[in-house]
Amino acid sequence: MSFDSFGDFIAMGGHGLYVWLCYGVGLLVLLLNWLGARSARAGMIRQLAQRQRREQALNETNSRSERESQA
Amino acid sequence: MNWTFFHKLGSPRWFYDMATRWQPWLFGLSLALLIVGTVWGLAFAPQDYQQGNSFRIIYLHVPSAILAQSCYMMMAVAGLVGLVWRMKMSDVFIAAAAPLGASFTFLALFTGAVWGKPTWGTWWVWDARLTAMLVLLFLYLGLIALRNALEDRDLVARASAILTLVGSVNIPIIKYSVEWWNTLHQPATFKLTEKPAMPPEMWVPLLIMVLGIYLYFGAVVLMRMRTEILERERRTRWVQSLVSDSVRHTGRSE
Repeated sequence: MSFDSFGDFIAMGGHGLYVWLCYGVGLLVLLLNWLGARSARAGMIRQLAQRQRREQALNETNSRSERESQA
Repeated sequence: MNWTFFHKLGSPRWFYDMATRWQPWLFGLSLALLIVGTVWGLAFAPQDYQQGNSFRIIYLHVPSAILAQSCYMMMAVAGLVGLVWRMKMSDVFIAAAAPLGASFTFLALFTGAVWGKPTWGTWWVWDARLTAMLVLLFLYLGLIALRNALEDRDLVARASAILTLVGSVNIPIIKYSVEWWNTLHQPATFKLTEKPAMPPEMWVPLLIMVLGIYLYFGAVVLMRMRTEILERERRTRWVQSLVSDSVRHTGRSE
């Protein structure tokens, strides 16, 4: 440990603001990249599932109307 | 030479399955390395005799600057592969990597500015290294804007490949700027040919952070590539069944 107390660690010898600002923004960049990638993936799967349901529904209506027209 | 690997790499489905297996390991390992490196760098590494504790910004600044540049080089290599062999996956990589590269270029510039204030007495100087790095940010943003502006997928791929190849000229300029010109920026911390000028208790955490950032990049880029593959291959049978499977297990989108 190169600091005597927790207060010293936070103060960073007077450079605390600079050091913690950098690490705060760094954490934000890492978090946003990860969460952004996750939600993009979930959104894509949702979107594709929706399309699948729509196409299934469309197929069912089509086959039903075909049967009705034959009857 | 055995080309099987190369052909497999070109197959979106094979790549998707491989990425799904690798991603959690990369992410876990990167998280461990980043935590160890940050704690070591912030609390245990000795302070610099000239800069005091502001030097601890190096543990974020150098890894993000290294990654920002090698991400661009990787995109340029992917662009070349895409142009020469028409490999679809290379454009998937460029699409996934560009926003990540841009964010790490921003982080390198931001941490550099904040570090510059107590060290040089200014947030910014129009110094060769800093300016070349700002150009890199604009290259990334230009690439992203270009991809959003064009509709046709083949055209997007070709234009991106050419832009990454042309833009890669900037990378050696960034690297050698500290040697070619008189700059305020200090020379490289790590060189392949020499021992680092710092003691091990200073550079070992830095090396850990560099590795951690690379693995983090790997994990996120794989995840983004998987999303991109799903969109491009949405009409194939394997994506269709993958989507209906994941709907059945709702809440398990991983």
